Amino acid sequence: MASTAVVVEGAPRPGRARAFLLRLRSGDEVAHLITLVFASAIFLITALLVFELYRNSALAREKFGWHFLTTRTWDPVFENFGALPFIFGTVVTSAVGLLLAIPLGVGAAIFLAEMAPARISDALTFVIELLAAVPSVIYGLLAMFTLVPLLRTVVQPFLKKHLGFIPLFQGPNYGVGLLAAGIILAIMIVPFIISISREVLMAVPVEQREAALALGATRWESTWKVVVPYARAGILGSIFLAMARALGETMAVTMVIGNDPKITSSLFAPGYSIAAVIANEFTEATSDLYIHALIELSLVLFVLTIILNGLARLLILATQRKGTAHP
Amino acid sequence: MGVTMDPLLLTPAAGNDRPEKLRTIHPAGGAAKIQVVDLNFYYGKVQALQGISLDIAANRITALIGPSGCGKSTFLRSLNRMYETVRHARADGQILLDSQNALDMDVSQLRRRVGMVFQKSNPFPKSIFDNVAYGLRVNGWKGQGTLREAVERSLVRAALWDEVKDKLHKSAYALSGGQQQRLCIARALAVDPEVLLLDEPCSALDPIATAKIEELLFDLKKQCTIVIVTHNMQQAARVADFTGFFLMGRLIEFNETGIIFKTPAKKETEDYITGRFG
Amino acid sequence: MNYRTVWRKSVNAVMLSLTGLCTLLTVSVLFFILGYLVWNGAGAINWDFFTKLPKPVGETGGGMANAIVGSAKLLLLAALTGVPIGFMGGVYLAEFGGKTFSFVVRYMTDLLNGVPSIVMGIFAYTMVVLPMKHFSTMAGGLALGVMMIPIAVRSTEEFLRTVPASLREGALALGASKWKAIATVVIPAALRGILTGIILDLARVAGETAPLLFTAFNNRFWSPGWDQPTASLPVMIFTYAIAPYEDWHRQAWAAGLVLLGLVLLANITARVVLARKLSSVAG
Repeated sequence: MASTAVVVEGAPRPGRARAFLLRLRSGDEVAHLITLVFASAIFLITALLVFELYRNSALAREKFGWHFLTTRTWDPVFENFGALPFIFGTVVTSAVGLLLAIPLGVGAAIFLAEMAPARISDALTFVIELLAAVPSVIYGLLAMFTLVPLLRTVVQPFLKKHLGFIPLFQGPNYGVGLLAAGIILAIMIVPFIISISREVLMAVPVEQREAALALGATRWESTWKVVVPYARAGILGSIFLAMARALGETMAVTMVIGNDPKITSSLFAPGYSIAAVIANEFTEATSDLYIHALIELSLVLFVLTIILNGLARLLILATQRKGTAHP
Repeated sequence: MGVTMDPLLLTPAAGNDRPEKLRTIHPAGGAAKIQVVDLNFYYGKVQALQGISLDIAANRITALIGPSGCGKSTFLRSLNRMYETVRHARADGQILLDSQNALDMDVSQLRRRVGMVFQKSNPFPKSIFDNVAYGLRVNGWKGQGTLREAVERSLVRAALWDEVKDKLHKSAYALSGGQQQRLCIARALAVDPEVLLLDEPCSALDPIATAKIEELLFDLKKQCTIVIVTHNMQQAARVADFTGFFLMGRLIEFNETGIIFKTPAKKETEDYITGRFG
Repeated sequence: MNYRTVWRKSVNAVMLSLTGLCTLLTVSVLFFILGYLVWNGAGAINWDFFTKLPKPVGETGGGMANAIVGSAKLLLLAALTGVPIGFMGGVYLAEFGGKTFSFVVRYMTDLLNGVPSIVMGIFAYTMVVLPMKHFSTMAGGLALGVMMIPIAVRSTEEFLRTVPASLREGALALGASKWKAIATVVIPAALRGILTGIILDLARVAGETAPLLFTAFNNRFWSPGWDQPTASLPVMIFTYAIAPYEDWHRQAWAAGLVLLGLVLLANITARVVLARKLSSVAG
């Protein structure tokens, strides 16, 4: 707020209080205040969430300490709870999912960003992004009645017959199990990898491609040797994001993983993920300690997803900055 | 103040025997609508305007010329305090609107009295009618007649009424560039401002649209005081009664247009006018 | 044309086909899902499905009327909780925010967005179910509402930022105060985009099951008011799918078709509207 005298740098400005009152009357400060309250609500809700998770897992944390993360038993009867089988199941199914989804997703992203004509690319991307909107329970429903029988009758016997010397493909064949969960996870996270990788690839400056093509490279060579490496960080970011989603997926996994808290070396065996055990046992938890143990599990899941999401965002940001920086 | 202007500046104009003053010129036969005294303007630590002093004559057209970045737009925007949307922007000095301190008064009040038309026309995504009526509605207008009559008056003043009277409820974006700019003028006029500021209003328009707007300004100055920033010297020579030349944040020269263009007192002015730098 | 060039050209062709195949495979999944649901579920969609309550265990027939109404109630609550907070938060970030607090709010919003849906259910459980000592529609609505906040914030903030500064300045130059300029020019200009973002948001939470499992729980009858457990489409699909009754499987397919149909409809409409809006924004 200016005054009629020349103002020295740093001196308090007269008329500031009056300016505040004028703004208050005109509603600006009120509007600022109201929106500030709502924005603070977001901050408070998030803080509250973390606090409640922490507080309501106290019994389990106190009783088991860090051993919670390394104990294999999950025994509601004797109240001995360990997270290891669920961490194992979560990690294995996510790993299988990623193993299948990354080549599929990055490949499709390359096609859509580099090889396909713009209109086709847009139309196909539209469809793929719709896949991301399909609810988890519907993926689960389909997986139960199509994927599981297929695995049980065709795929797993085939794998057992030809690759049975690897422990991964040994053991009884139920259809449900870690492999089934891994496959459905792959299908569910592929759209995210495609969507983000495609955008990241399309953001690579056109001069990079042109330089390669001008040197006589084929379309594929320019893509694989120049564009993809340039967008490496962003593609990795999309993978981290997909990983974070895979970890938290509940319904589809619950419906096909077999719900058995064991650690085995076979992909055919039933397993259990963190989200699945919470979904299945929360309402049946008979004691406070039981519930607290489940909530502690959710805390573990929460921390894992935060870390992955944070890393993902950093990586995606890094590629965006690189794309807009001019040498 | 009948000084004839030759658009091509080829023939000397008559009646240019007024003595030129270095800094402030007081228009004879008319009060100053706006008096600026020693205005300094800062964006953070950078000083954009230094010690500007001039008087804007009432019911006249004052043009501000100068190369890009010279501060003429900054100066224009300080007259209606548009700089307040920018953080760390600060004005020191005096700006008097009819002897009232413009820097202290309620800013909405000020902007009702000092209207602005921008370089690129910026009609709202509303109907033509709602665009013109916006200022009236927002300021709680209690004027004469109905809202519709006020809107019609403004559109007539802006020489746009005949072209839009049948489609007042169509989107403003359906108009051509020149029409949109005249709509913005109508919108600014609707609240009956005493002063109208125009920031390079014709720079995005073709010559015909430009001519229409210049014609408009001649009519408007009877009811309004007009300040126009332009990078087009011929335009300034065509329309303005007074012209101020800015360079690097300073007001180098300010005088009647004829004098500025025919017999500038400063070398910098002459260099700019003759095109030695852009 | 030497051997090396032939090799490179064929690699090029092969990779083109391979990556195209990846795309085709992914795209076909959607059509497979839709096709399978229609094949198995269309037959079970009848008047009964929309109007009758579930029959007792073991009996065939009945419908999911209570689940449909339950989902609608949950979505209403979610919208009432999540949209105002998200919208106002977005307005704050785009229009009023100071540097540090905005950074904090954005970070928190991102954090909230990454919370797995089942963890959100636990939050609502601790906040509503525990004090009330029973499951309720309210708890489910809260869980879904909090899930809606991050996308509502991001949608609002992004679309407000697309409104050009020239429009804001135009409003201010006419004497409008800052909040009036925002309310009468900026927000209306961004409204279409914001609304489509919110519709997409609603469609997303409409399909969420995990947060409802121990908040709204389930109910084989009508759920009066807001403080009783309620059935919902996604939970019914889950319950019926894992049960051993053929008739329930049939109804699960039908419910899946209805749910997916609504979700896809909302998504397609919203995206088409958004695409049209983006292309019509004058420069």
